[in-house]
Amino acid sequence: MNGKPKIGVYVCHCGTNIAGVVNVEEVVQFASTLPDVVVARNYSYMCSDPGQALITDDIQNYGLNRVVVASCSPRMHEPTFRKTLLSGGLNPYFLEMANIREQCSWVHEDPIAATEKAKRIVEAAVVKARRLEALDVKEVDVEPACLIIGAGIAGIQAALDIADAGFKVYLVEKSPTVGGHMAQLDKTFPTLDCSACILTPKMVDVANHSNIELMTYSQVEEISGYIGNFQVKVRKKSRFVDMEKCTGCGACAEVCRMAGRIPNEFDEGIGMRGAIYLPFPQAVPAKYTIDKENCLFLSKGKCGESPKCKEACQAEAINFDLQDEIVEFKVGTIIVATGYDVFDARKKPEYAYGVYDNVLTALEFERLVNASGPTGGKIVMLERGKKKKKKEGEEVEPPKVPKSITFIQCVGSRDKSVGNEYCSRVCCMYTAKLAHLAKDKIPDCEVTIFYMDVRAFGKGFEEFYDRVRREGVRYIRGNPSEIFKRGDKLVVKAEDTLTATPLEHETDMVVLSVGLVPRSDNREIIDLLKLSQSSDLFYLEAHPKLRPVDTASDGVFLAGVCQGPKDIPDAVAQAKGAASAAMIPMASGKVKVEAQTSVVNEATCRGCGFCVAVCPFTAIELVEVNRNGWPVKVARVNEALCKGCGACAAACLSGSIQQRSFKDIQILPQIQALGVK
Amino acid sequence: MAEKNSDFEPNIVAFLCNWCSYAGADLAGTSRIQYPSNVRVIRVMCSGRVNPLFVMNALQQGADGVLISGCHPGDCHYMQGNYYARRRFMLMRNFLEYLGVEPERVRMSWVSASEGAKWKEVIEEVVSGVKSVGPMNKFQRRQLNW
Repeated sequence: MNGKPKIGVYVCHCGTNIAGVVNVEEVVQFASTLPDVVVARNYSYMCSDPGQALITDDIQNYGLNRVVVASCSPRMHEPTFRKTLLSGGLNPYFLEMANIREQCSWVHEDPIAATEKAKRIVEAAVVKARRLEALDVKEVDVEPACLIIGAGIAGIQAALDIADAGFKVYLVEKSPTVGGHMAQLDKTFPTLDCSACILTPKMVDVANHSNIELMTYSQVEEISGYIGNFQVKVRKKSRFVDMEKCTGCGACAEVCRMAGRIPNEFDEGIGMRGAIYLPFPQAVPAKYTIDKENCLFLSKGKCGESPKCKEACQAEAINFDLQDEIVEFKVGTIIVATGYDVFDARKKPEYAYGVYDNVLTALEFERLVNASGPTGGKIVMLERGKKKKKKEGEEVEPPKVPKSITFIQCVGSRDKSVGNEYCSRVCCMYTAKLAHLAKDKIPDCEVTIFYMDVRAFGKGFEEFYDRVRREGVRYIRGNPSEIFKRGDKLVVKAEDTLTATPLEHETDMVVLSVGLVPRSDNREIIDLLKLSQSSDLFYLEAHPKLRPVDTASDGVFLAGVCQGPKDIPDAVAQAKGAASAAMIPMASGKVKVEAQTSVVNEATCRGCGFCVAVCPFTAIELVEVNRNGWPVKVARVNEALCKGCGACAAACLSGSIQQRSFKDIQILPQIQALGVK
Repeated sequence: MAEKNSDFEPNIVAFLCNWCSYAGADLAGTSRIQYPSNVRVIRVMCSGRVNPLFVMNALQQGADGVLISGCHPGDCHYMQGNYYARRRFMLMRNFLEYLGVEPERVRMSWVSASEGAKWKEVIEEVVSGVKSVGPMNKFQRRQLNW
């Protein structure tokens, strides 16, 4: 089937995308003079049905056995045209693409230079095509299980969908409870649904679902393998509480000597917890966790006479000897749903966050208005870092209620000075929601919002924004320059840009509408799965329009804010998309594996083992063979493990190991063609 | 002294890894970022595939410069390929310098899939670097009938 090459060259106009700069006729004329080219054509859209039919017809009529398509990037349409070859009865690996759009017509304005470059690119493709070989596409079984990393709303939704469809799900969450950021929220915009009311049933479902193995307070440590067959290693961190025995009664937390002294992460540090704690009452699983950094017994070796929590626990669940546990399992697909951090407001020192007690982040304010939060849902002025003195007979002054609250939008979003050019997409609406809640809880409170633009783009957003304005919330267009203190008031210095009036706005409390940023531990997942990042440092999808939940790694999908800022409905929609994408290979049960693997010429291999040493996937081993009666060692490739990087081919001293479709004999003619001046 | 000619347009062969640099170059296209047309690209799956022989070959067969571009350190789709490429490149560059080839002619860069703008910068630097040393005429050019 390899036979003498008969090549067809197809140059695409792509409307005016290519033909607007590159002289397509001239390229076709040039291509027809190249060796082994029997037909060269151009067409307005090669990827269209008639375009593809041109190729399949020519395969029949001219007996073509190689095809060169000069159009867009192979990253765009290589799969399309491989299928065209297949339907025309050719092995799909007899295709070579010449990228004359992304890397030529779109980046060069001079038609003469672009046409010359296009010719060189086409020539390089033709000379490579002459040397292409048919490859076998092998299929492997897919493990019908999915690993989901992160159990916020996106991870939870994806887990439930996949588990309901009948596949096994391993849901791994780093913190002691599922729920993620959504569990911290009070109401959700624009419908004012109570966040806990809609989330907690789902949290309980993932814990109870027979197809879901939930691992909280756990971290993925290692992932190896490929689509269909990933090997996963997870560290289940010790909680020093026996999960089987703990009843979640909370007797331990009450007596902990550190109780009320450690800022609770779940309450954004506004509320306090002890060393043994449940992050919040509805936490799933409802099991207590000992934070070993802060536990006196675990960090200092001594906690009074004996640890009080252990004495208080009727269920005898507390065990200081419990160790981390490593579990290993196999999955076919992986969904990354690791979420986000909120922008660190300290990076905007002009807003004095961390300096004045009553400059809050929106997430802190969210905990303040939340009925299950540290103040029971009362909005009060904060006195941070002050411990309550419990002197007998001393009356504790009730905390003050703010008479005026001021929000500042776009803190850490749309701000090149902190490196975040993007819009976080949720702040305009959560600010409107928090402003509404503030008005609702303190009707005589004066609520002001400083904004750059209000982006109320979603379903019901504009209507909600309108409603909040009618409720008496004052919107001032201006980006404040400074916050300082005058007496016991905070002063926001800004300019009302609609009236060009500088102003100093006095207020009791300032809430910074912080944006969403990639998690500070984003690198961990990148290292595990080799994910790429977009310029905003969120994880990069395979295609911004058409493959929004896929990644460059087959079998690995993205859900939620880890891919870019989005609100709850968008995160849920993407999670459902990722779940459905992950189920495709699991439902079909088979997946095609890399065909462009390495291959050894055993007759010339000298058995030095350089290729064995450089292979990142331990896909090559030395085996003994009989060569003319002499036992010699030669390299042999395990094709199931080979991922087709070609590192071995570059290391081989004798050229005996080669990467299919990227052999020396295929690349060297390309080099020669491109070297021509 | 290399012949310097203000209208000399060098011919540069680039080896780009599929996952980062080729995707970054594609992004430059999608973003319509304009850059000089002197660089011609060969796509390989990983920069670790680039045999030093390819660099020698390109210089021998008419290229005035060679660029190898891969994923940033730590980001290689195949874990280690870009480190292999970097080590080979360092040795190769020293060897070429020993042969009298100006170091400006061979260059390695890290361009990720999201760095379309950086790709343009790399191209501009490579082109001006090669322009500064003039045409490559140290090696005998030989055309082979592959």
